Amino acid sequence: MGTSKSILASLTSEKAKWMYRKMVEIREFEEMVHDIFAKGELPGFVHLYAGEEAVAVGVCAHLTDQDSITSTHRGHGHCIAKGCDLDGMMAEIYGKSTGLCKGKGGSMHIADIEKGMLGANGIVGGGFPLAVGAGLTAKVKKTDHVAVCFFGDGANNHGTFHEGINMAAIWNLPVIFVAENNGYGEASTFEYASSCTNIADRAAGYNIPGEIVDGKDLLAVYEAAERAVKRARNGEGPTLIECKTYRDYGHFEGDAQTYKNDKEKVEQRDHNDCIKRFKDYALANNLATKEDLDAIEDSVKKAIEHSVKFGEESPLPDASELTKDVYVSYE
Amino acid sequence: MAVMSYIDAINLALHEEMERDENVFVLGEDVGVRGGVFLATKGLFDKFGENRVIDTPLAESAIVGVGIGAAMYGTRPVAEIQFVDFILPAVNQIVSEAAKTRYRSNNDWSVPMTIRAPYGGGVHGALYHSQSLEGLFSGTPGLKIVMPSTPYDAKGLLKAAIRDNDPVLFLEHKRAYRLIKGEVPEEDYTIPIDKAEVKRQGEDVTVITYGLAVHFALEAANNLEKEGISTHILDLRTVYPLDQQAIIDAASKTGKVLLVTEDNKEGSVIGEVAAIIGEHCLFELDAPIARLAGPDVPSMPYAPPMEKFFMINPDKIEKAIRELAEY
Repeated sequence: MGTSKSILASLTSEKAKWMYRKMVEIREFEEMVHDIFAKGELPGFVHLYAGEEAVAVGVCAHLTDQDSITSTHRGHGHCIAKGCDLDGMMAEIYGKSTGLCKGKGGSMHIADIEKGMLGANGIVGGGFPLAVGAGLTAKVKKTDHVAVCFFGDGANNHGTFHEGINMAAIWNLPVIFVAENNGYGEASTFEYASSCTNIADRAAGYNIPGEIVDGKDLLAVYEAAERAVKRARNGEGPTLIECKTYRDYGHFEGDAQTYKNDKEKVEQRDHNDCIKRFKDYALANNLATKEDLDAIEDSVKKAIEHSVKFGEESPLPDASELTKDVYVSYE
Repeated sequence: MAVMSYIDAINLALHEEMERDENVFVLGEDVGVRGGVFLATKGLFDKFGENRVIDTPLAESAIVGVGIGAAMYGTRPVAEIQFVDFILPAVNQIVSEAAKTRYRSNNDWSVPMTIRAPYGGGVHGALYHSQSLEGLFSGTPGLKIVMPSTPYDAKGLLKAAIRDNDPVLFLEHKRAYRLIKGEVPEEDYTIPIDKAEVKRQGEDVTVITYGLAVHFALEAANNLEKEGISTHILDLRTVYPLDQQAIIDAASKTGKVLLVTEDNKEGSVIGEVAAIIGEHCLFELDAPIARLAGPDVPSMPYAPPMEKFFMINPDKIEKAIRELAEY
């Protein structure tokens, strides 16, 4: 796995362990959601992020709570990487009153103002302008905050992609557009649905840097995001980063995935797993010991089990909650 | 006559119309190889090929807009919007282009296009997979909005929509897709788009509604029959423009009217139905017009108790009819 020495120099053991933990949290969370969904314990449907962990984590590793992100319908990974509470997330997916959105939103609409999480989004392409708006505010108010727009390859053909990136470019805003190209927009392949060879190629049309990275390589994402965030904070404007990745599960849980081929599935899951790749790297480069990583895995497993218990045992919201928060309350 | 589900009736109508007229074609997200997320377009790709069953990128504005341009050149596109919640980027194309093309071009150009979209809740879809958005489009002259309740109506009305020379927004309740079954003739037939239909004759209370709620109203009416309350049910079928005479007749028949929609109450199409009754039936009414609708909140939330509270069901309708009967 090709990684430059400069990365290794800037990557502390502490950061590496944090990133490993976040990736494992996402994976374990999604595997758990997969299981409890299959058992029929969730009231709604879910879109899983497993396989794409390196993207959310490699980018969010450079962000603070004051930086914002917009997410997608496949948003659990972004939420976790940005620091959303696992218990609150799981309870939301259970539709419980203790959920991050008190059960109103569910899987596809998790938002958390304390973490700068503008929201997962049930609408493809919904996030581009929101991230640009957050970036505009950062520029006008002269904070050094940045906004990150995570989006899938399906969304790169949406009108908001063009409108959002163009505005970010003309106003030189601190926004990073992170394409998660997992090869499929729902059941259609990226090659079928997009006229470009790479999403990053489109950056040229907006006169902003466009970078292609191996989205299965945490450090490649980390390195590209570091450059983009630095540019944004320095007032040098937006960047488009395309992460080539793969979703291990279907578009949604229950999707038969007849459009994927089995060879590719096995290859990606068993031979190109982003967590395993980073684990090998971290151990080989003395960023963590096996004991460190084992302890992280154990601790995450317990945290996920706790989140499920919390989700299961939390009360459902009262129906009267339905009419709250339609408008501001001055009480 | 075959008994089939609502979605199979939709699928059958598409197969028949594509066989009948080579100008009919289908476009939308995953409508081809996959046959649509709900399988409404199943089998079309294999039978009619990629030039007539077109998978599109995720880009609703262009799905509709491309359909409009193709329709202006003599084809009859059937665009599928995967969930009606996703239609909003296409509102400009529908309202500014499709609905106004004939009028603004001195009748030179027309848009004989159908836009199909599943709507409605009760499927645990949360905020962006549960909405009823017909109210957003009603009040757009040049556009017709059809919302069938039964498999029989779905087939006949979809065929009529495809043959119509103006744009039709065709909304299908997604919970009805597999829940509602009924007899559907295998031969060709159409149902006039601008006609409401009495789905049940009654004497005491009139219910005017459309879509899935028609079935809830029928169930409520059957229960109330045992108590001696006789319910008249009018299915609007087309919610824009409205069949005014059918509404006036149905309201006048009993003098007590309950209007039902799953949409938010304020600004919904039943408000317009109430206005028609108010204008024409003042002396026929024996009770204030009653409305049963979704609450005025932004969308149907995710958690089951809130979704249940939002949804229309037979019990709610039964209670509302009983109150009117006792008025």
